Amino acid sequence: MRRLGSRLGSILESDPRKNPNAVVFLLLALGAIAFPIGVQIVTRGSGSFLISQAADAGVYVLLAIGLNVVVGFAGLLDLGYAAFFAIGAYTYAFVASDHMEFTPIHQAIHIPFWIALLVGMFAAATAGAILGAPTLRLRGDYLAIVTLGFGEIVPRLFRNAATWTSGVNGISALDTPALPIWINGPWSGDAFAVVQNFKIIDPLAYYVIMAILVAISVVLVNNLRRSRMGRAWMAVREDEVAAAAMGVNTVGVKLLAFGIGAAFSGFAGTFYGAKLSLVSPENFGFTVSITILIMVVLGGMGNIPGVIVGALLIYYVIFNILPGLPQQAADFANSIGATGLNTPSGDWPGLSGEVQRLKFLIFGLILVLTMLLRPQGLLPSRQRAEELQKGVHEDTVIEDLNAETT
Amino acid sequence: MVGSLKQARVAFVEAPIGRLVNLLVILAVLYVIFILATKILAQGPSYFLQILTYGVANGAIYALVALGYTMVYGIIELINFAHGDLFTLGGFISLFLLPIFGADASKAGTAGIILPLIAVFLVTMLICGAINVSIERVAYRPLRRAPRLAPLITAVGMSFVLEGLMFLWKGPFNLPYPNLLPTTGIAIGGATIGLKDIFVIALAAILMVVLALFVSRSTLGKAMRATAQDQDATELMGIDINRTIAATFFIGAVLAGAGGTIFGLYYNTLVFDLGFSAGLFAFTAAVFGGIGNIQGAALGGLLIGLITAMWDGYMESTWTQVIIFAILILVLVFRPTGLLGMRVPEK
Repeated sequence: MRRLGSRLGSILESDPRKNPNAVVFLLLALGAIAFPIGVQIVTRGSGSFLISQAADAGVYVLLAIGLNVVVGFAGLLDLGYAAFFAIGAYTYAFVASDHMEFTPIHQAIHIPFWIALLVGMFAAATAGAILGAPTLRLRGDYLAIVTLGFGEIVPRLFRNAATWTSGVNGISALDTPALPIWINGPWSGDAFAVVQNFKIIDPLAYYVIMAILVAISVVLVNNLRRSRMGRAWMAVREDEVAAAAMGVNTVGVKLLAFGIGAAFSGFAGTFYGAKLSLVSPENFGFTVSITILIMVVLGGMGNIPGVIVGALLIYYVIFNILPGLPQQAADFANSIGATGLNTPSGDWPGLSGEVQRLKFLIFGLILVLTMLLRPQGLLPSRQRAEELQKGVHEDTVIEDLNAETT
Repeated sequence: MVGSLKQARVAFVEAPIGRLVNLLVILAVLYVIFILATKILAQGPSYFLQILTYGVANGAIYALVALGYTMVYGIIELINFAHGDLFTLGGFISLFLLPIFGADASKAGTAGIILPLIAVFLVTMLICGAINVSIERVAYRPLRRAPRLAPLITAVGMSFVLEGLMFLWKGPFNLPYPNLLPTTGIAIGGATIGLKDIFVIALAAILMVVLALFVSRSTLGKAMRATAQDQDATELMGIDINRTIAATFFIGAVLAGAGGTIFGLYYNTLVFDLGFSAGLFAFTAAVFGGIGNIQGAALGGLLIGLITAMWDGYMESTWTQVIIFAILILVLVFRPTGLLGMRVPEK
């Protein structure tokens, strides 16, 4: 939490006119601190579920931040980002559970969560580099298709290689993160005591870990963006030709963007595996990749606070509003006296069933409408907003294939 | 820049690691072909013929869907994710139309089924075309000058919308599709080739030939090719770009609708999210053949169908999809223009 504090300090000192994001960052940080307190007050101490859900939302925030490096900064369209997420989660499953005993290795591996975070990060980043090295010389759509193919292959690989991954069943009973030492006290409802190997079970603890991870990631990405590398990414994004002419090693720069972007999803994957204590190949499909991409685009590509807000918003819509909608529709029908709507008859599955069936449709419509009404995203980066206002058309993410060659 | 990128590419290909990767890939492909060949020889020719027919029929359906992908990509460079769902929608619409036009199971396999089937095909194709044109008008046209990601995400959104509509219409279950085609076959050297397979292959071939002739001979086809090459110049020549693009979407959807109907008749089952994986496979086929190239899409579809059938028939079918996508990546890495690609992509 000290890190968060110093971060707040530095934001307060900076001039908001110079950095309009500072206000948003400050609001986000305050929101992150106020959220668990507020939830506990509103729900009278039974808000664990919401806090746990917020920690899950954090996984998507991390993923969106990582994908933003690839898509928003370097302008490389990645349609298979969930693959790296899967690699991170499975890496944690391999190195922190009894599972390895049932594979040809016959030896369980238990690496502490904190080290596994780094292992997962490196595994995902390596996968990114391996995929990127031969394919990053491709441009635009072609790269998108390669990543799409990769994103389809990886979950199937995990499903089919059953000797190593136990196939469709996935790997369960992953290690719970533990602190080597912790002090119990009145705050946890116990007497004062020093506990060794303290297992983290409380949703609030996961929430705090997630908040710290997100804060670290934000600081890292913010610094990356301002670094020489970040400027090179943006140069490549805006005009690869000009960037190469200015001496930017375009392939190397793109490879780094790919690897760093993948590293964040490795982070997210490890946390996801540890919190859920289960990984299954079904959780990393194309829908996940698309959801993350939508978070980035809807929030405002290239702008970190925008991406965070986009991720939280989409997560809230998909995992909170849409699942709750059928029940609310049924309650509403009851409250206006139209109880007949709720009884299933013949082809009519009842109002809640019908709304349940509407979920796909609603999500699709949200996507189409936001793109039609606000293609630049909710909080676009200042540079992008200006470009759009001046009417500069730029093919940033997918280059025009025929621009020069035909 | 072309120079520097070319250098980077040359550096990659000529680097020892690059050479090693090339060698390994070639060895792996040869090894797989060798294994496949031994299995084919061990199983005997009649089984092989059966698999081959299945593969060609399957490939013909993929080719029909791939044509829509390739045409739309060729003209506005959009990966139309909703196209696969339009294919499924074609199946759903024809399923709805069959009883209306009197194509019921009592006439299955008789001559009386021919006219109703033709009517169902035509109406399904028209409805699909109309739907796709409206989608283009509402969802893609306003974004034609927007950043390229916007129409892509809209396409994904439209795919969800179509899937959602079909889900709403028929629910999440596998739908039975009446088996209307004759179940008999022709015996050739120990193997029987079903009339069903012949019907599917012939119909797909006819549609594709008509399309190829249309694009190469008609004025509208010429306008499409011109628009694909240079929109602004085409507009200066007095060609209505919006109409041309709408026509492309219409033709693509007509083929997808026919494909969906053929799929239903061939496999006798449909499900609302069929279009997702079928669409990805068809898209792979389009890339395999060389995206933007009509003959390429047909060839790619055929090859993907054959590979799927061979792998399903001789190897473990759980790995088929992995193989298809691995092929997709390898083709893009080693020959980004596809097998017949004539359009030179900027690398």
